[in-house]
Amino acid sequence: MQNADYFDEMWGREDSLRGPYKKFQSWFENEDPARLRSKQREAKEVFRLTGITFNVYGRSEAEERLIPFDIVPRIISGHEWQRLSRGIEQRVQAINAFLHDIYHRQEILRAGRVPAEMIAQNEAFLPQMLGVSPPSGIYTHIVGIDLVRTGDDEFYVLEDNARTPSGVSYMLENRETMLGMFPELFAKTRVRSVSNYPMQLQQSLAACAPEMATDPPTVAVLTPGSYNSAYYEHSFLANQMGVELVEGHDLRVVDGRVAMRTTQGYQPIDVLYRRVDDDFLDPLNFNPQSTLGVPGILDVYRAGRITIANAPGTGIADDKAIYSYMPDIVEFYTGEKAILKNVPTWRCSEADSLTYVLDNLADLVVKEVHGSGGYGMLIGPTASKREISDFRKKLQAKPANYIAQPTLALSTVPIFTKAGLAPRHVDLRPFVLVSPDGVRITPGGLTRVAMKKGSLVVNSSQGGGTKDTWVLED
Amino acid sequence: MLGKTANGLFWMYRYLERAENNARLIETGQRIALTRSAATDDEWMPVMQTAGMQQGYSTKHGDVTKDSAVDWMLRDAENPSSVRSTIEAARQNARMVRTALTAEVWSAMNGCYIDVKQALNRKVNERDLPAVLGLIRQRTALVRGATHGTMLRNDVYDFARIGTFLERADNTARILDTKYYVLLPSSMAVGSRLDNVQWETILRSVSAEGGYRMVYGQKIRPREISRFLILDRRMPRSLNFCCSKIRDNLGYLASDYGSKPASHGLADDLCRRFMSHGVDAIFDYGLHEYIQDVVGALYELGTQIEIDYRFFE
Amino acid sequence: MRLTITHTTRYTFEAPVTYGLQQLRKTPKSYRAQSVINWKTTLGGGKNELSFEDFHRNTVQLISLEPDINELIIRSEGEVEMTNTHGIVGPHSGHAPLWLFLRPTPLTKTGRATRALINEISAEDPLERLHELSRLIRDRVSYEVGASELSWTAEDVMAAGKGVCQDHTHVFLTCARAMGHPARYVSGFLMMDDRDHQDATHAWAEAHLQGLGWVGFDISNGISPDMRYVRVATGLDYLEAAPVTGMRIGGASENLSVAVKVAQQ
Repeated sequence: MQNADYFDEMWGREDSLRGPYKKFQSWFENEDPARLRSKQREAKEVFRLTGITFNVYGRSEAEERLIPFDIVPRIISGHEWQRLSRGIEQRVQAINAFLHDIYHRQEILRAGRVPAEMIAQNEAFLPQMLGVSPPSGIYTHIVGIDLVRTGDDEFYVLEDNARTPSGVSYMLENRETMLGMFPELFAKTRVRSVSNYPMQLQQSLAACAPEMATDPPTVAVLTPGSYNSAYYEHSFLANQMGVELVEGHDLRVVDGRVAMRTTQGYQPIDVLYRRVDDDFLDPLNFNPQSTLGVPGILDVYRAGRITIANAPGTGIADDKAIYSYMPDIVEFYTGEKAILKNVPTWRCSEADSLTYVLDNLADLVVKEVHGSGGYGMLIGPTASKREISDFRKKLQAKPANYIAQPTLALSTVPIFTKAGLAPRHVDLRPFVLVSPDGVRITPGGLTRVAMKKGSLVVNSSQGGGTKDTWVLED
Repeated sequence: MLGKTANGLFWMYRYLERAENNARLIETGQRIALTRSAATDDEWMPVMQTAGMQQGYSTKHGDVTKDSAVDWMLRDAENPSSVRSTIEAARQNARMVRTALTAEVWSAMNGCYIDVKQALNRKVNERDLPAVLGLIRQRTALVRGATHGTMLRNDVYDFARIGTFLERADNTARILDTKYYVLLPSSMAVGSRLDNVQWETILRSVSAEGGYRMVYGQKIRPREISRFLILDRRMPRSLNFCCSKIRDNLGYLASDYGSKPASHGLADDLCRRFMSHGVDAIFDYGLHEYIQDVVGALYELGTQIEIDYRFFE
Repeated sequence: MRLTITHTTRYTFEAPVTYGLQQLRKTPKSYRAQSVINWKTTLGGGKNELSFEDFHRNTVQLISLEPDINELIIRSEGEVEMTNTHGIVGPHSGHAPLWLFLRPTPLTKTGRATRALINEISAEDPLERLHELSRLIRDRVSYEVGASELSWTAEDVMAAGKGVCQDHTHVFLTCARAMGHPARYVSGFLMMDDRDHQDATHAWAEAHLQGLGWVGFDISNGISPDMRYVRVATGLDYLEAAPVTGMRIGGASENLSVAVKVAQQ
């Protein structure tokens, strides 16, 4: 019953059970489906009660939605993980080297490996960051690399998230929920733990404190506020790290430092994990209309008196147009071929590519260069004629705004449905921490799953769900 | 702790207390309606007055009917003090201070919000009212229980408690003030059955009828009611109890922070000026005037706490 | 030649200020044509928070306004030794790449009038073309104190046909960039020969030319900056090089007065 067009992570292409799923399958066979159904409902209740919700843009604030959770784990063998980890580490190091270079000597532009226009005309490039060296030289402390799988040994990087990758709270809550519901399953299978993540995050951030910091450094999380779609995650992480969750109006510049208003007066912050976009971060230096930021924080940063994680201006590294240069970028800074493959990408800004893309719209995925969350994209194979012709107009009007990629045969993992197990397409976002002590990759990540049969869109804003992601101890 | 967090905790617990108090008032109103043969819908006006909701009601509805009064107090989104609005506000504040709460308190609060919201989704008919009010009492009590059982006794707890007792003192004071005339010594002479009902109503609206009986027996007398609700330190909703709790919690903050800002002086004054006299002295001064003074002092104290602990910039 | 400079900026506020932050770019830097002997900035009603070097290598001082003030006084003073380099500033340095200076800003976007101005230029040699541009601007935009507003774009200036040094400079930057020359705004002091008390701070432009590096153009006076020109800050336009920029809460409307004294020792 498997569709051989796709690689299924449980059954492969040939309908034979793959190694990592063996123990799960033997457990599953003996489970009463009615019990599992009730567990699935139980999970939903846990999520609702814990308030693991997200707000959908454009809806009333009252609408807090649950992301569907599926109880079948996505399982990766230790061996597979090891290979992935090497590729991720290489990529993350290259991203940081790239950022340092772009904001300093720009050797990669001088060498002609990336055209200067790609930077010059990019809104994510912040001239204010030129010549600024962040503490420990780290620009992107927290990274999420979106991967997709197409075969036994084939992984592609779909996107790098070097600004403020979200979703790590789902990775942690999904695991907690699974541990609570199926302890016997974990007793049987040796799954690597993810629960250290908040502690490691705290340590990584503290390790990047500026020289003048107190010991131990004061870390805080900056959120846009409780109406933000990821507010739950912001409060979750602050809570788990045992640090304050602050908003712009809690902060101001006092004695040359960014300080938070406490019940006992202003207290300086050494490291700020910000979940506010660059543009809104500092009304004195960026968007003067922003009420979410802290006037002068960029000046404090430039004076070396606070660490902002991730650094302002990191967006230049995860831009979809820059993405297509990643293999060159990795090679330029590491001297090695990229371990993880890039999806072939047509930059519609180039005339030849545009012609090709326009001729093959029905087979391609076209994305906005600066878009995210699955908004404003075209999935050729599943789009109607009308959608394609509408999109063609948009593309012709502003070609430089778009890139195109072939439709990848995303792997499937079973979900639990009324009719039993059924394959659904998935992607994977592992979470990476960078500190002076090195690159740490949490064994697991966020598996997003398209809940609709045949759908390739896994974004939660488009009805996608999540799964617990297991990395096995081999 | 962030000033904003202190503010959020203070208001989360104020709103929670308010929701509970208002549910209790509705219960009391319902009881009058059921137990008095001559009761009319007008009886709901003083009930709403006690909760400070009568003005909004009159603007929206005009005449008082039982159904619309209950609906206004229970679930009208336009009424910022309705049970639904206050539970929502408590939960929104809890979300803001999520990092200061234990997981148990947060999920009790969130569960309270989800269940109460569901129960109040549609108009509640008379038959279901007791069950709905019971649910509200239960779910808010669960938050309080989780608070007592799981929260560290630090500044987080202190601000939660200060919010609780400021709201509670305010509520008891307002109940006394709406009915102060039936508590005056002169009304003792009347001694009619009607006043008995009024007195019982007062006790019920602060869940004090059982406690009162334990202390004073079956005879319900206005002087004893006043003493019980104002001065008795065993009674958890009396003004004296609430004020001394506020002072205690400010005291914990003082030893924690090593400083005593202006609000501490105000709290001391409040206890000394208003809680150290006998009930006769209060009647001599004038019960209504006394209550007004206490309400004013509570308001002033609340404002000073906001300033002292930097709730806002 | 040694110049003694005093630059005082005084803000008076109609109502007390609750909170405010200001970035000061009032500290000149030494380079081949000028050497800063001593310099200091003192504040009345403000507090020094920190300082840093921005991406144009300007020294930026961040100050906060003291609560409830009605007046802020910023006084910068010092001595600078000047050498004549005939407007040649020298090769490009710093982390800002040259292509950055080709970027139009909201104040320096090309439009019909600036494009038409470029079309009038007849010279062939790049340096000659820029001199001609400077002359054309001086010709079309008459110098009139108080005629323009801070928010005017280059096109606004062309439409009005009048303005001050800032406006001349913005038009020049707009056109020079459109002609393919990296260009930047310079704010600084000019010692007018006939007086010690100058009207205000001055502004001029610099364009980058192959072989020569950065070259200065004082459009308003139709000359190349010489020993009397003290460079203080540079930027893509006025907003990046302004002596004082920032935000404040409260204060209602403000009144600004500037006193500049430049004298030869």
